[in-house]
Amino acid sequence: MSTRKPYVRPMTGWWLKNPVYIRYILRESTAVFVGIYAVILLIGLIRLSSGEAAWNGWIDAMRSPGAILFHCVALGAAVYHAITWFAVAPKVMPPLYFKGEKVPVEKLVTAQYILAGVIYLVLLGLILWS
Amino acid sequence: MANNEKTIEIEVLRYRPEEDDKPFLQSFKVPFTDDMSVLQGVQYIKDYLDGSVSFRWSCRMAICGSCGMMINGVPKLSCKTFLREYYPGKITLEALKHFPIEKDLVIDLSDFIGKLESIKPYIVPDAPRALEEGEYLQTPRQLDRIAQFSSCINCMLCYAACPQYGLKPEYLGPAAIALLHRYNEDNRDSAKAERMQLLNAHEGVWGCTLVGYCSEVCPKDVDPAAAINRNKVNSTIDYLLRFVAPRGGN
Repeated sequence: MSTRKPYVRPMTGWWLKNPVYIRYILRESTAVFVGIYAVILLIGLIRLSSGEAAWNGWIDAMRSPGAILFHCVALGAAVYHAITWFAVAPKVMPPLYFKGEKVPVEKLVTAQYILAGVIYLVLLGLILWS
Repeated sequence: MANNEKTIEIEVLRYRPEEDDKPFLQSFKVPFTDDMSVLQGVQYIKDYLDGSVSFRWSCRMAICGSCGMMINGVPKLSCKTFLREYYPGKITLEALKHFPIEKDLVIDLSDFIGKLESIKPYIVPDAPRALEEGEYLQTPRQLDRIAQFSSCINCMLCYAACPQYGLKPEYLGPAAIALLHRYNEDNRDSAKAERMQLLNAHEGVWGCTLVGYCSEVCPKDVDPAAAINRNKVNSTIDYLLRFVAPRGGN
């Protein structure tokens, strides 16, 4: 007769038991802030289509301290998410070869920061220009 | 040698299926020298302190993949980890997380073995090849695509690192997918279409949420997270191709 009795350990509270898991949960929860931000923008669009008074009301609401605080937090969350994404992006793409050599992961990560920087400068230029 | 000897406390999560309802911690004082691995520490316990402590080991040089355990909560090969790294603190040892404990530090690995078999971890040639036709040729570039993923030693540290596997044991998991990728990317293989069905399944690559810890704990730098996430792209392409070509164009 078998005396086997394998013991399965519970998973309760797993996300708190390792700093890597805590960072993972933080990364995933940034989506909540980005999602709320998108909803606020959508409401802005709806207000814009409902006339000048509605639009000005939305603009005023955006100037409230609570709205500014939320936008700062949402920006922080989006930046954190972008940093974690830049770090893992080379894992998602097939290996790139340049002149027969595999492009190192560090160069791919740096390239994303440079590309993001250039895009921000172009956007900033467009805004200041108009 | 005796002059250099220090003593470290090692706690082992014990579980004896015939006597215990649940695991408990047992503490041992182990004399050690700077060149001793955690595995040698456990061997000392078994030889001199308590012969009933059970654990797996074989090669003692990080190639057989048998001696993986949770060392202070982190999945590591105990032969590749040294007692001196933890001194003067204590060490807590536990069987690899997310697997059922068979006894003490020994896990039930039948789930992993079944998954490993399911991905056909061997080259399936297009047509049988006669001996006089010679070897299957591969360029350095073709080898480079698979070399990293072929370093897997099946130690299962990545499964112990993966909370998704702990939550959904039906998930194919990091090592099996890394090896699946290794054979799919091999120019000598032709079983990709069959393996893609495993990848495309809910229990395949889509069970992964890119926690990324599997790649951090891998003792052989296999980077299973890369293999899994590249295959999310492959799985998507395969899915879309199924609308225009049978078997995803493979």
